[in-house]
Amino acid sequence: MASVLGRYGRKWSLGCVSYHKNHLPRFSTVTHSAVPSEPIQQQQAGRSMNLYSAINQALHIALESDSRSYVFGEDVGFGGVFRCTTGLAERFGKHRVFNTPLCEQGIVGFAIGLAAMDNRAVAEIQFADYIFPAFDQIVNEAAKFRYRSGGQFNCGGLTIRAPYGAVGHGGHYHSQSPEAFFCHVPGIKVVIPRSPSQAKGLLLSSIRDQNPVVFFEPKWLYRLSVEEVPEHDYMLPLSEAEVIREGSDITLVGWGAQLSIMEQACIDAEKEGISCELIDLKTLIPWDKETVEASVSKTGRLLVSHEAPITGGFGAEISASIVERCFLRLEAPVSRVCGLDTPFPLVFEPFYMPNKNKVSRKYWFPKICVTTWCSSASWQLVFG
Amino acid sequence: MPVHYGSKKLNYFTVASTIASQLPHAVGAAYSLKMDGKDACVVGYFGDGGSSEGDFHAALNFAAVLEAPVIFLCRNNGWAISTPASDQFRSDGVVVKGQAYGVRSIRVDGNDALAMYSAVRSAREMAITEQKPILIEAVTYRVGHHTTSDDSTRYRPLEEIEWWQMARNPLTLYRKWLESNGWWNDEAEAELRSNSRKELLKAIQVAEKIEKPPVGDMFTDVYDAVPSNLFEQEKLLQQTVTRYPQDYPSDVPVRAVPSS
Repeated sequence: MASVLGRYGRKWSLGCVSYHKNHLPRFSTVTHSAVPSEPIQQQQAGRSMNLYSAINQALHIALESDSRSYVFGEDVGFGGVFRCTTGLAERFGKHRVFNTPLCEQGIVGFAIGLAAMDNRAVAEIQFADYIFPAFDQIVNEAAKFRYRSGGQFNCGGLTIRAPYGAVGHGGHYHSQSPEAFFCHVPGIKVVIPRSPSQAKGLLLSSIRDQNPVVFFEPKWLYRLSVEEVPEHDYMLPLSEAEVIREGSDITLVGWGAQLSIMEQACIDAEKEGISCELIDLKTLIPWDKETVEASVSKTGRLLVSHEAPITGGFGAEISASIVERCFLRLEAPVSRVCGLDTPFPLVFEPFYMPNKNKVSRKYWFPKICVTTWCSSASWQLVFG
Repeated sequence: MPVHYGSKKLNYFTVASTIASQLPHAVGAAYSLKMDGKDACVVGYFGDGGSSEGDFHAALNFAAVLEAPVIFLCRNNGWAISTPASDQFRSDGVVVKGQAYGVRSIRVDGNDALAMYSAVRSAREMAITEQKPILIEAVTYRVGHHTTSDDSTRYRPLEEIEWWQMARNPLTLYRKWLESNGWWNDEAEAELRSNSRKELLKAIQVAEKIEKPPVGDMFTDVYDAVPSNLFEQEKLLQQTVTRYPQDYPSDVPVRAVPSS
C-alpha cells in the first residue's frame, strides 16, 4: 500500500497517514500559552446550565483568578442584554466591570491599550453585527501589535466577545456570522464554541491566551443549549478540532450552533446506512488542518456547513486546503452547505438557513451513491 | 517606514501609519496606570488631521467617562498633507472639541518652547492628581513638506512657508531667549551642530553595516508562537528562494525558523 501511495507523490503520502486522534504534529498549532490540553475532567461535579450561564461562570473565574482582568462593553454593568455578565460588577466592582459609551471602535481601541499594559481585557461587542466599526482596530492594530513592534509590545490579553448567528427573528442586524472576515487576518485567533461546557473552557483559554482572540458566541444557544458544566476552573485547547461523532463514509466540519443541525443530519443519515464523522473545528484560525485531513483520509468525502453566506465563507478555505492535501483520496467534490448570498433575511430566515434538509438530502446523498459506484470501478482499474 | 519606531525602554508604543488609532489605546493604557496607582500618565500625540478621525472622538469620550489620566496633545500645524485646516474642520480649532467632550482643554503657542513646557508639565500634574484627561492644542506650522515625496509649494505659497520659517521659528525664539540669559552663544551652537552631525553620520554608518534579518523572522511575532501553517509556508518559501536566488534580495539571509 505504501509503495502505491508513494507513486502519487510526497505530499499525498505525508498528508494521508492515519493519525491517532490525540497525536500532536511536530510543530504546534497550539500556542505556548499556559493552556494544558487536558480534557474536561468528567469526574468533577457539574451543574446543569445554559450557554449564557456557562459564559458568566467563565467570566467570574477569569476575574477572580486574575486581578489584572477587566470586563467591559455596552450594558455589561447590569448583567448585559444576554445576561452573560450578571453579578460581575457587584462582585468585582465597577472599576473592573463597567459600561462603556456606545462606540465599538472605542471599546476595542481602549481594550487594546489596556491589554498592551499586561492586563486581560475582555471586551464585549453587543452583537457581532456591530463589530464592523471596530474592524480597523482589530485588523490594523490588535492583529499587528506584536508583529510591528518586533515583539516589544503585544495585546495578547485582549479577548473580544460577541454574540453571533441566527436567532429565529434577528433579521439583517441581529443574525450575522462575520467570522470569515476575521479568519483572513493573521495575528488574531477566532474561536467559536458549540455548547455551554465548551464555551466555558474555550473562553477561559481565549482570555488567558497570549494572542488577541475574537470569540463568537452562538446566541441561539444562549438559553436553548443546556448541559452539565463542571464548576471548576478548566480550559480547553485552542487550535484543536474535535471529532464529536465517529464515522467512516463522510466527514462533516462545522462550528457553533450549526453543529447541532449537522448532528441531526448525521442521525438521519445513519438510518439510511451512511456513517458520518462530525468534526467541531472550534478554532477557525489558526485551524487544525491535521484532524480534518486525517478524517477525510479515512472517509474520502467532506462537507462543510456554516450559516454565513457561502461565497467567501470560511468553508471555502477548508475546502481548498483539504483538496490540496487529500485530492487523490477524495471520492467526491467537497460540498458546502451554507447560508445564501443575501443579507440575512427576516421573514425568509427558514429558507435561508442551511438546515438539516439541505445538509442531508439535496447536497450529498446522491453523490455518495454515484461516487461509491464510480470509485469501486476505478479501484478495480488501478489495482487490477 | 520612517517614524514607525517603538521602545519598551522609553515607554513608547510602536507608531503605526493609521491616523488617530493610537488615541483609544492611550486611554486604555492610562486606565491601567490608574488602576495600578502609578505616579504616571499617558500622552498621545496627533495632528489637526487626526482630530477628524472617529478614533479621536471615541478616545476623548472614553477618557472623560472612564476618567483616565491621559494627555491628548494635538500638534495643529495647519496642514494634513495638502489639506489646510479650513478643509479639515469648521470648529474653532481642536481645543473646543476637547471641551465638548468634557475634557479640560487649553490652546498653547506650539512654537513657544517655554509655554509648551509649562502647559505639559501642569497637564501631567493635573492628569495624575485628578486622574482625568487633558487636551492641549499646540498651534504651530508645518514648515517642511509632508514627506520627502512631497513638494508642498504645489499647494501653498512659498512666501507663507518662508514667513513662518523666519518670524515664528521655535528654535530661533528659544535660542534668543537662552542667549539673552547668557546661557548660550555662537560657539556652543557650532559645537552642538557639529557633534550632532557626527553622531548622526556615525549612526547611519553603524545602521548600514547591520545585517538584514533572516527571512524566517517574517514568520515570528505574528502570534506568540509560530503556528503550523506558517511553518509550512516558511519551508516552502525557503525551497523556492534556494532554487531561484536570483529573484530575491541577496542581502537577506535564508535561515530556518527554530521549531517551537
